[in-house]
Order: sequence, then structure tokens, then C-alpha cells
Amino acid sequence: MSAVLAELRTGNAPFDVERVRADFPILSRQVHGRPLVYLDSAASAQKPRQVIEAESRVYESEYANVHRGVHYLSQVATEKFEATRTRIAAFINAPDENEVVFTRGASEAINLVAFSYVAHFLKEGDEILISELEHHSNIVPWQLAAQRCGAVIRAIPICDDGQIDMAAYAELLGPRTRLVAITGQSNALGIVPPLERIIPMAHDAGARVLVDGCQAITHRPVDVQAMGCDFFVFSGHKIYGPTGVGALWGRAELLEAMPPWQGGGEMIARVGIEKSTYKGIPHRFEAGTPAIAQVIALKDALDYVDALGLDAIADHEAMLLDHALRRLSEMDGVTIVGTNPAKASIVSFLLDGIHPHDIGTIVDREGVAVRVGHHCAQPVMARYDIAATVRASFGLYNTLAEVDALIASLEKTREIFA
Amino acid sequence: MDDLRDLYQEVILDHGKNPRNFRHPEDANRHAEGDNPLCGDRLTVYLKMGHNGLVEDVAFEGRGCAISMASASMMTEIVAGKTEQEARALFRRFHDFVTGREEIGEADNDDLEKLIVLAGVKQFPMRVKCATLAWHTMTAAMDGQDAVTTE
Repeated sequence: MSAVLAELRTGNAPFDVERVRADFPILSRQVHGRPLVYLDSAASAQKPRQVIEAESRVYESEYANVHRGVHYLSQVATEKFEATRTRIAAFINAPDENEVVFTRGASEAINLVAFSYVAHFLKEGDEILISELEHHSNIVPWQLAAQRCGAVIRAIPICDDGQIDMAAYAELLGPRTRLVAITGQSNALGIVPPLERIIPMAHDAGARVLVDGCQAITHRPVDVQAMGCDFFVFSGHKIYGPTGVGALWGRAELLEAMPPWQGGGEMIARVGIEKSTYKGIPHRFEAGTPAIAQVIALKDALDYVDALGLDAIADHEAMLLDHALRRLSEMDGVTIVGTNPAKASIVSFLLDGIHPHDIGTIVDREGVAVRVGHHCAQPVMARYDIAATVRASFGLYNTLAEVDALIASLEKTREIFA
Repeated sequence: MDDLRDLYQEVILDHGKNPRNFRHPEDANRHAEGDNPLCGDRLTVYLKMGHNGLVEDVAFEGRGCAISMASASMMTEIVAGKTEQEARALFRRFHDFVTGREEIGEADNDDLEKLIVLAGVKQFPMRVKCATLAWHTMTAAMDGQDAVTTE
């Protein structure tokens, strides 16, 4: 554990971003001869040394396949692997670690629910409600599942300020609504939907709720029991962990009723040539050799975030967002897309007369990494009749000076286009 | 900064802000939609093909970055009045320029000379698709396809 984490654990230190930054080796590199200003954590977060070292530690001293061997290393690897499951359960306050299924990421977790739950249990004419805010990963799997079972997809519109239109949502909920799939935070606009109202309303209508927690889990504490959702998904790489690993949490009674969706080793109890029986949850949904080292190192990422404290991280990111919104509003010709105050760590904007892609190229030469484009949320872009935005997203390692560097690079963009 | 000034030359900024032939000709007999899924940019190229493969009119509509708009605008100016074969040949040379397969100094005709301002994109590999989107779309329209994507 680094000194800063030890101090934070004892509660003696304020959020010291410079010391946090020292844990992230990549942040000391230069890009185009300038210090890297990484404002693209919503796409994927950088990794602290603790995670990088954990992954190589696995390969150097703890590696073997899991759940198979009787030999020593296989047992070590299996214990470490399962320890991450327990860690995730604690991190999201799941009642039972067997409700945590490892996947390649949030997209695969949603696909699992789409195929094992929706395609299996929904009937012709049943309705799946999504919102206009969703990432493509929380749209397309439902379309594929709906094609199989004849369900219908409806979208909850968003208001001009980017927030869910709650009146329209109330209208759309009906006796045919079987599932509401909604983001915990928009990746494109940063808007945080009021899940504390959305979820009970869905349950009152007899629908289940899946929350896409990819963004939300990195910015505030998640408690699936308090939230009351039925499924929750997230990706490891967005919470400072490795790529290639994510998780689905689902209520045990739902998971137990769901059939396997991929066949292979590890998920079976007994295999015959014509018929097989399957393990219980969660292993029934984990066919094949998983991303072992990545799963194990994900625990270190969660430990890292927990030691800093999600409340402290949220406060730090709120300060960055406030500063960015203030500096951007002082510039001429800036339009913020998604102005609802329920917003965290992400700002999406337009600069009059300059296309986001040109902005992205120019600020990149100043060392500033932002995302430009539709952010895999084309329905959001369609809602505002735009093709793209510039998105700056903040993580626990960003600084006020980096927000200022973004503003300076935007002013340079202006000069070039003047 | 030098790379950026090479990319965003005055000519490009001018074409980007005031694209030429930005219209939908009523007598167009070919058209195709070009799509860059990476950025969501989309444009439609309209052609009026005459007898003997002559491009009598070429125009476009859509939205995109300064590079894609400028490239489309310059393309319409240069290709009008050429034969289909000449237009295709020009795109092949232009493509070689922006992907760095051919050296800039080898521009041996006036049309390529005009397009050299776009050669700055070869320092920005992610932006080559922006510079070639309109051309791919024009080629698709000539081929009788309705749509083309850069992916």
C-alpha cells in the first residue's frame, strides 16, 4: 500500500491529488512534447501502480487455471479469483457473493441478461423500456433479444436539459412493461437519472430494473440493496482496473431461474454427449477460462478506490466539474449539452462554428486528451440534432490546472479557426 | 503547432466554413450517402452524369469537420467537367498522397496541386478518413451504391 493510502485510511490526510497522481505512472508521460492531460476517463480510466503490479504479480507467482486443479497454484489462483467476487459483493453491498457473475465487461453482462432473461422470459408484445440517454451497449443487446422473443422496445425521452422526462416515463410504464434498463449516469452528458424514483415506479408496474453502472460506480458509492434494482452491471476498466473484466450482479432468485447462455468448461456439473447438467450460480454463467489475472487485479482497483473513499473522490470530481463549467461558461460561443444540475464528472459541449473532431485534433497537440464524437450514444446526439460533441471527463487524478489546460487549448483552437 | 498549421491552412478553413456546391441538384441522376461511424459525420454526394461518362454536375450536402467539408467542397470544384475515369484516377492519386504512399513533390498536374493543401492529414492518421469520405462517397455513387462507410 502506498503512503498516501495508508494515511487516508487513518483519516489524517485530505484528498491529495498530487500524491494520488504519483500512483499513476502514465500520467508522468508526455504527448506531442506536452504533459499529458488525460480527460477521457469516462472512456477508460488509467491504472494505478497497485493494479499494474497486481496483474504482473499474478503471472509471476500466483498463476494457474482456476476451479480445476488440485495442485497448489491452482488453489492459490482460485482463492484469489474468488476473493475478487467477494470484494465486488462488498463494494456494491450485494447480499450474496454468488450473485456476482464475472463477464468480459458491462456489455457482455447486459448481453447475458438480454439472452438469458429477456429472450427466455419475455413474450410477444412485452415491453422493454430504455432511455434516450443510453450507451449503445444498453440498447443493442435488447434489440437482439427482442428480435428473438417478439418484445417491443420503447424509449423514455429526455428533456432539453438532458434529464429523464419523468412524466413521459410514468406514461410509458404499463402492464406490458417487463424490464426497465437504465443508466446510473449518462456517459455522453454526465447526467445522473433519479434512480431512487425510477426503480420503485418500475417495480410498482411489475417490471424488473437493470442499471448500467459503468459510469456511476466510479463516482459515488453503490449499494444495490438500497437502490433496489434487480440487475446491476459494470466494467473493471472504468474503475481503474484491468480491461477484459466486468461483472453482472443479479438477484439470486432471478439468476437461478435463468438458463445458461454460453456453454463450455467450468459451467457444467456433468456432461454427456447428448445432454449436460449445469453448475449453480454464478458459475453456470461463466463458461471457459476467464480473464484470471485481470479479475484478480480488479480487487486491487476496488481496494484502491475504497481506500481513497468514493465520497472523497466524488467531492474532488465535483470541484473539477464546477471549475470546468465555470471556465467554459466564461468563453464565448460555448454550448453545454445536458445542463441539468444532477450531473457528475463529465461535461459535453460544443464550440460555435468548430466541429468537435477539429477541436479534438488541435487540443491533442497540446497534450489534452478528450473524446470527440457521438460517445456510443447516437440517440442522445439525435435528440439534440448534432453529430458529435466534445467530452471532457474527470477522474480521481485530474487537477484544476488540467481543467485550465483544457480551456487554454480551446482558446488556441479558436485562434486557429479565427 | 506547425503540423496543425499545415492541416488547418487558410484554404481549408475557407472551404470548411463556406463549402462550394453545397446543394442538392434537382437533375442529379446518381447519389450516395457517406458515413463515418467513428464521428457520426454524414454527407450525401450528388452527381449528374452525362453521356460518355462526363460528370456534368457534382454537389454535396451534410455535416462534418473542417477537413471533410473542405475536401468535399474542393472535390466538387475539381471533378466537375471531368470524365468518370479521370475523377476515379484523381482520387487514387489523392488517396496515395494523404496516406503518404506518394510524395507531395510529385504532384504533376493542377488538380493535384490544389489538393495538396489536404496532404497535412497524413500527420494525423485518425483524420485521413475525414479527407477521403467525400471521395469514397462519390465513387460509390458512380458505382451505383447507395451508401458507403469508412469502417
